Amino acid sequence: MKKLLGGFLALAMGLAIAGASAEDKLKVGFIYVGPVGDHGWTYQHDQGRLALEQALGDKVTTTFIESVSEGPDAERAIERLARDGHGLIFTTSFGFMESTLKVAERFPEVKFEHATGYKQAPNVATYSARFYEGRYVIGQIAARTSKTGIAGYIASFPIPEVVSGINAFMLGAQSVNPEFKLKVVWVNSWYDPGKEADAAKVLIGQGADIITQHTDSSAPLQIAEAQGAHGFGQASDMIKFAPKAQLTSILDNWADYYVERTKAVLDGTWASGDVWGGMAAGMVRMATYTNLPEDVAKAAAETEARIKSGELLVFAGPIKKQDGSVAVEAGKSLPDPDILGMNWYVAGVDDTLPQ
Amino acid sequence: MGALEAVILTIITASTPLLIAAIGELVAERSGVLNLGVEGMMAIGAVSGFGAALVTGSPGLGILAGIGAGAGLSLLFAFLTLTLAANQVATGLALTLLGLGLAGLIGEPLVGQPGVKLAPVVLGLDVLVFASFLLTAAVAYVLFRTRLGLVIRAVGTSHHSAHALGHGVIAVRYGCVMFGGACAGLAGAYLSLAYTPQWIETMTAGRGWIALALVVFASWRPWRVAIGAYLFGTVTILGFYVQASGIGIPSQFLSSLPYLVTIAALVALSGKGTFTRINTPACLGQSFVPDR
Repeated sequence: MKKLLGGFLALAMGLAIAGASAEDKLKVGFIYVGPVGDHGWTYQHDQGRLALEQALGDKVTTTFIESVSEGPDAERAIERLARDGHGLIFTTSFGFMESTLKVAERFPEVKFEHATGYKQAPNVATYSARFYEGRYVIGQIAARTSKTGIAGYIASFPIPEVVSGINAFMLGAQSVNPEFKLKVVWVNSWYDPGKEADAAKVLIGQGADIITQHTDSSAPLQIAEAQGAHGFGQASDMIKFAPKAQLTSILDNWADYYVERTKAVLDGTWASGDVWGGMAAGMVRMATYTNLPEDVAKAAAETEARIKSGELLVFAGPIKKQDGSVAVEAGKSLPDPDILGMNWYVAGVDDTLPQ
Repeated sequence: MGALEAVILTIITASTPLLIAAIGELVAERSGVLNLGVEGMMAIGAVSGFGAALVTGSPGLGILAGIGAGAGLSLLFAFLTLTLAANQVATGLALTLLGLGLAGLIGEPLVGQPGVKLAPVVLGLDVLVFASFLLTAAVAYVLFRTRLGLVIRAVGTSHHSAHALGHGVIAVRYGCVMFGGACAGLAGAYLSLAYTPQWIETMTAGRGWIALALVVFASWRPWRVAIGAYLFGTVTILGFYVQASGIGIPSQFLSSLPYLVTIAALVALSGKGTFTRINTPACLGQSFVPDR
């Protein structure tokens, strides 16, 4: 009996200790706009979460809520995490901006990180990645490898992030071949493999032999693979879907940022701010250059290194707009707010920007 | 491959899943059952088809798995709405949510896996394209030229009369609902095996709802459903062509065009009010509880 009691006592103490250590652990929450299984945007954020568990698993626990629609639902989901004792909450879509700010006001002791937004608060920081840097690199690769001199671009919505990506791609291509042509098809969806595949077929049918996309599925690459064209992966490495067609992939890497910010909360140095990291910060990376002649792969790696070191600025002048007016003067570079609000095409893009 | 051939091929692949799903739903609605769960059954069909093909390496088995999964999910719907006489609209919506959620759950390990592609057989077309035409012809024939079709339509038009004549209303409806589920599953498997061989969540992207709308706007006539599905596919693809050729028409307008054109054309086709009235299953959406 005594033994049994002792056992219970030990068990109870053990539980108490376990309970205490769970209390000590920082709870980090994530709000996702899509399903973890999208293999694109949300998938990469979740990879960041898993990396965070890997790195700081003994000090943090993580929770996520997926497929949260942007609107009143988002506020409820964020509040639930905040109420649940989370110390740090990442909200990973542009549309969560107002909801994040509202909840943050009610929970001043909780830290919030909002992806791709531009409004901060004392306990709300914002972060995003300069994906356009990667697009400049793939633009150069496209111009160097295309035989027809035409690339096809599958775009989602005419928002500044997408437009700046198209422009960066075109500037990269023009730095190699000033006559390079770019055809753009808007599918008005982030995520519809069928439509993306149709758009890829149409673009290839119109002479494009390089397909690139600012939508989330690997369908366009699969079409490129089937029809002997080439293309680039989006957000994650898609080489498995197109072993012969993928030339490289622009990778979103949130892991380092998530680990760094969580550490900051743990040691009490967290402060609100705005981080817009690119290749230099490791937020944007390029997958292995494959299916490329050696000199092209080498040139791409060099460009990547020059962007990383800050020697090459993607939106450095002179840049002309589609209507012939000057967008950036020679010797100057476009400031960040202008990139974040970009609503014009560079000269040479074969499309009219939807307004 | 000529440019025109490429266009036609693209249009056919874009239209086929809509046609298959809509033809199945047409049969269910002709028997008087409104199943709003097409999107969910398509998702289940897509994930099951993809998974089975990946595991066995055979797209044929994948197709069968898709059909089976769609039919299985519709059996649940049939049990709730026919045996338990639950509200069809609410149950159908719930079925969509269930199907999408379940598909995401089952499909978790399948994300990011390159799948098995259903290879084309003739002229770059796969076997399911031909199957979709056969299916349309068969449904048109059975519904309007056979006794079985007469019974199905009778059950959909007046379940009490059909019951009084000794037809098993519930049994006929079970069959029709499961036929619809099997077609939706097949349409889903077409997406994940032939159209874009991969599985990602929500890859059906609203096609089930378009199929549902097609049935209504085609006044429940099989060949009109086919016309509607192909019109929708054609206008979608031509919209991309117009964009890619750099003609400055706003893409938002082009994206909405398939809906506008298809609705306008089908409404014009069935312009006479009497035609629509004659073809609308009078008992659509009503529960039937046999009184004896």
